[in-house]
Amino acid sequence: MNSKQAILAQLQQTRVPDVALPDLAGTWLTFPQPHERFAEVLEAVGGRALRARSADGLPQLLAELPVFQSARQVWSLVPPVPSRGEDWTRVTDPHALEVLDVCVAPGAFAVAESAAVWIAQDLVPHRAGLFIAQHLVLVVPADQIVHNMHEAYQRIDPREVQFGIFVSGPSKTADIEQSLVIGAHGPRSLTVVFVGADTGPDGRGA
Amino acid sequence: MNPTHIDHAADAESFIANAERTQWHDQALWFVRAKRDRAVWAVPEWEQLRSLGAQIKRHTLAHLAEYLARFETEALRRGIHVHWARDADEHNRIVLEILRQRGVSRVVKSKSMLTEECHLNPFLERHGIEVVDTDLGERIVQLRQEPPSHIVLPAIHIKRQEVGETFHRHLGTDAGATDPGYLAEAARGHLRDKFMAAQAGITGVNFAVAETGGVVVCTNEGNADMGISLPPLHIACLGIEKLIPRWADLAVFTRLLARNATGQPITTYTSHFQGPIPGGELHYVLVDNGRGTLRADDEYRESLCCIRCGACLNTCPVYRRSGGYSYHATIPGPIGSVLNAAQDPKTFYTLPYACSLCGSCADVCPVKIPLDQQLLHLRGKIAAKRYLPLWKRLLMKTTSFVMQRTWLYSLAGRLARWWLPKLPRFLIYNRLNAWGNQREIPQFPRQSFRELYRKRQQHEQ
Ligand code: SF4
Ligand code: SF4
Repeated sequence: MNSKQAILAQLQQTRVPDVALPDLAGTWLTFPQPHERFAEVLEAVGGRALRARSADGLPQLLAELPVFQSARQVWSLVPPVPSRGEDWTRVTDPHALEVLDVCVAPGAFAVAESAAVWIAQDLVPHRAGLFIAQHLVLVVPADQIVHNMHEAYQRIDPREVQFGIFVSGPSKTADIEQSLVIGAHGPRSLTVVFVGADTGPDGRGA
Repeated sequence: MNPTHIDHAADAESFIANAERTQWHDQALWFVRAKRDRAVWAVPEWEQLRSLGAQIKRHTLAHLAEYLARFETEALRRGIHVHWARDADEHNRIVLEILRQRGVSRVVKSKSMLTEECHLNPFLERHGIEVVDTDLGERIVQLRQEPPSHIVLPAIHIKRQEVGETFHRHLGTDAGATDPGYLAEAARGHLRDKFMAAQAGITGVNFAVAETGGVVVCTNEGNADMGISLPPLHIACLGIEKLIPRWADLAVFTRLLARNATGQPITTYTSHFQGPIPGGELHYVLVDNGRGTLRADDEYRESLCCIRCGACLNTCPVYRRSGGYSYHATIPGPIGSVLNAAQDPKTFYTLPYACSLCGSCADVCPVKIPLDQQLLHLRGKIAAKRYLPLWKRLLMKTTSFVMQRTWLYSLAGRLARWWLPKLPRFLIYNRLNAWGNQREIPQFPRQSFRELYRKRQQHEQ
C-alpha cells in the first residue's frame, strides 16, 4: 500500500458524523456607494483610489503622481499609458523586471467590502511584475465593482483561472513590534484608478 | 526540562521573571485582539459567517477522503504534481527529492506551520540546501536560530532593540538602530537578493479547493508571491485538513481569516494557484502526520477545522502572559494545547492545565472549535491515565473526598478560619504554596457564607 492509499484507507475506515454542506445564498453586506466604500477601505490599508473619466485621460492623470514623475522604468499593460525604459515586450525571464519602478496593470474588477482588486494571469504576462515593482498602479473599469467577496467569487469562473490574485493595498508588515511598515517586499504604494462612466463631475477623486 | 514531558509552568516562569516584558507581550497581543474586535463588529453577518465556516469545515472532515481524491484528480488534470506523505519524514524526503532532481540548492520559503511541524529547514540544510524564510518575522527568528513563538506573528516576543542587534550582526545595519522602518528596509534589500538568487519557492497553503484542484495562499508582505513568481519551481506543502469543497466557499473563509487574525478586511495578497507558472512546475505535498488518527477521535476531531488565524492565542490570558515558547510545541496557545495534548498526552499533559477555562478562545474562534471544552475533557483523560504527579493526584482525591461530604467541608472551613490566621507566615508562604508567591491570602471572614445565610433566614422569620 503506498502512502496515498494508506492515508485514504484510514480516512475511509472511520465514519464521522456528517454535517450537510451549507448553501451560501444569503443577504450579504452591500453598500449604497460602493466606489466610496472601496476608496475608504483602501486608504485605511495604505492605498489610494482615483478616478479617470476615460482611458484617454489616464496618461495625464498618472503623470501627476509623484511616483510616476520620478520613475525611469515603467511597464504599462494598460493602453494608452506608455511604458518607459526597457522594451518590456521582449522580457522572457521575470528576473529582468527587478529594475521596475512602476508597473501599471489591468484589474478585472474591484470588491467594495475589502478594497480588493482581482487580477487574472491572462492579462499580465509575468505575474512577478505585480510584486517586484517598487510601485503598483491597477486600472479597473469603473462599472466593474461588486459589493462583497461572495459576489466576487461568483463572478470568477475558476476553470479559466491558472493564477489569479486579490490585491488590497501595498505590501506591508507589522512583524517588528506590531509597528506598521509599508513596502515589505513588494510595492511601496498601490494606486487604483477607476476608469469610465459614473465618474464624478470633476473627473477626479473617488 | 524533564525529558519525558514538558512543564509549562516551569517554562513560563523564566518568561514572567521579567515583569515589564510580560506586560509588554500581553499588551502587544491584546492590541491585535482589539483590532480584530473592531473589524469583526463592522460585519453585521459575522455570526452567520462563523456558522458557515464551522459547517463547511465539519462537512469536509466527514467526507475528507472523497474531497482529497477529487482535489488530486483536478490538480493532475491541471498539470500539477501531487505527492502524499504519511508523516513528517516522508514529507521532508519528498521535498528534498523534488529539489535534488532539479539541481536546486537555494530555496526561499514563505510561512508554513506545516514545514515547521515537519522540521523541514534543518533537514534541507543538513542536505546542503540553503533555505531562507522570507516572511519578515520568520526571517528574524531564523537569523536568531529560534522557532516562531506564534502562528501568525512569529516574532511577537522580540523587541525592536533585539531585532536591531540581530540585523546589525547578520545584515550589517547600524549598531543600535531600532527604527522599524529602517530595519524592515534593510530586510527588504537583503531578501530581494535571496529572491533573485532562489531556484525554487516553497509555500504553505491556507485553503485547498477540492472542486478546482487549486490552492490559496494569503500574505501581507507579498513574500510568497515574490518567491514563486521568479523561479520556475513552486512546492506547496499542505496538511490534508486544508481542504474545502467549493470555490464559492473561499468567500466565507477570506472574509473570516484576515479579520479574525489581525483585524484587516482581507490580506494584502490572496493568491489562487491553479496550475504551474508558464514553463514551470507546481508540486503539492499532502501530509497526514497524525491528522487521520486525530480525525477518528470523537472528542478532539474538531480541532482539525482550525484555519490557523491565531485569534485564540491573541485572546488567551495564559498565552499572553507565558509566551509561545512555554508550550514547547510548533503550535502554541489554546489550539496548540489541544492538538499536542490530544496526540501525545504523556509529553504535553501540562498544557491543558495552562488554562483558566475562561472560554475566550472558543468565543473568538472563526470555525467554532470548542477549545475550552476540549481542554477540560483532556484533563479528565490525563487524570485517568495517571500522568499527573502524585502530589496533584492526592490533592485532587482529597479535595473530591471533602467536597462530597457536606459536614466534612464545613468542618474543614471552620477549622481553616480558626487556624490559618494564627499560623506563622513561614508555614503558609513557602515553596508548597505557589499561590502565595505573589499574593497574600485574603482575610478570612469570621463566618462562612452558609452561616451568614442561615442567620439571615432566621432573622427574616
Ligand atoms: S479557556 Fe483556557 S485556553 Fe482558552 S482562552 Fe481561556 S485560558 Fe486560554
Ligand atoms: S483554533 Fe480557531 S481561533 Fe485558534 S487559530 Fe484555529 S481557527 Fe483560529
